[in-house]
Amino acid sequence: MQISDSSSRILAGLLEARTGQQLTMSRRWRIETALSALLRERGIATLDELITILVMGKEPSLSQKVVEALLNNETYFFRDRAPFDVLQRHALAELAQRRAKSKRLRIWSAGCSTGQEVYSLSMLFAEEPEKWRGWTIDILGTDVSTGCVDRARTGSYSQFEVQRGLGINQMIRWFEETADGWRAVELLRKPVRFQVHNLLEPAPHPGDFDIVLCRNVLLYLSPEKKTLAFERIAGAMAEDGWLMLGAGETVIGQSSKLGSDINARGLYRLKGDGSRVEKRGGPDRRAAAGA
Amino acid sequence: MKSCLIVDDSKVIRKVARHILETLEFEVDEAGDGQEALTRCEAKMPDVVLLDWNMPVMSGMEFLRLLRQRGHGDQPKVVFCTTENDMAHIRAALEAGADEYVMKPFDRETLHIKLQLVGVA
Repeated sequence: MQISDSSSRILAGLLEARTGQQLTMSRRWRIETALSALLRERGIATLDELITILVMGKEPSLSQKVVEALLNNETYFFRDRAPFDVLQRHALAELAQRRAKSKRLRIWSAGCSTGQEVYSLSMLFAEEPEKWRGWTIDILGTDVSTGCVDRARTGSYSQFEVQRGLGINQMIRWFEETADGWRAVELLRKPVRFQVHNLLEPAPHPGDFDIVLCRNVLLYLSPEKKTLAFERIAGAMAEDGWLMLGAGETVIGQSSKLGSDINARGLYRLKGDGSRVEKRGGPDRRAAAGA
Repeated sequence: MKSCLIVDDSKVIRKVARHILETLEFEVDEAGDGQEALTRCEAKMPDVVLLDWNMPVMSGMEFLRLLRQRGHGDQPKVVFCTTENDMAHIRAALEAGADEYVMKPFDRETLHIKLQLVGVA
């Protein structure tokens, strides 16, 4: 199935208008693969026929389906492993002390796809019950894809998905068999929630998140939109909070508000008054404010 | 270079697994059943065994029990790789001394992570 330049430009425009993401040349090779299931489902013979339907506005719901199919939803549990060790050793270890009075943590997984990162985070807490006993842990997963968010909410994964990234002991401890796969146990599902959200829109709970993870998401945005997304993320972070990006991603040259955490590779903190060194070991701001 | 013995009666699975393992820079050997696998292990103990469950002559479970009785401690690492995908089989495999468990179908990423988790990749 071939796609013409004009058709791929129309799809790129649709994707960018709905999500802010770019369909760069390097991603255009996968258009046909990404849309083949949708074409079969709708009985549409060619990509150009699909474009005709989209352009004529005959089926408004189809454009959202096309956008969702074009998004890259690749994810798995504890993706890349090392970042989760960094979170535990640095951010969570420090937050356990800094939030000792309020005993409340808010974490945002921005661009969470089908939720594996969110449940991985939930596992970090579930595996240390003594340490986090009495704490209120709130883990929010957001994604621009409604389909992904709906799936993430169920906590259900196929046999293929559930074993990607999980050791077998972890899998049988935290997932239960269902008729058509595996589902995260209640203890993992309890602290997590999901909502549809575009990173270019105002952030949920501004100023509240102790940790924001936004891994392998911003690479699909243009430089201008990336800067806007960093603005949104920075605005969502607690003054002494952390941002974690994917391997190979950085804020350098793209955000004036965020800088590298000199103590932990891959973590970023707010610049300015939220002085990284001074704030460490300081009072729990939210607890002091009665939060 | 780490070594892996693939034990599976399916030539197709052995071929696919070999391809993945070679891209992960493993030295690969193959056996078509548990008995042949024991013989291979006697001749040269691999670092890890990728083990199917249902095979003619000797099953994966029987192979694992005999292997663990031979007093090599927790060596080699054993990763079950099977279509037996329910909790009961998984628990039985772990109790018999398996280190990890891969449910077919799987992909390169899944296998790579499992091998990392048992410390051979």
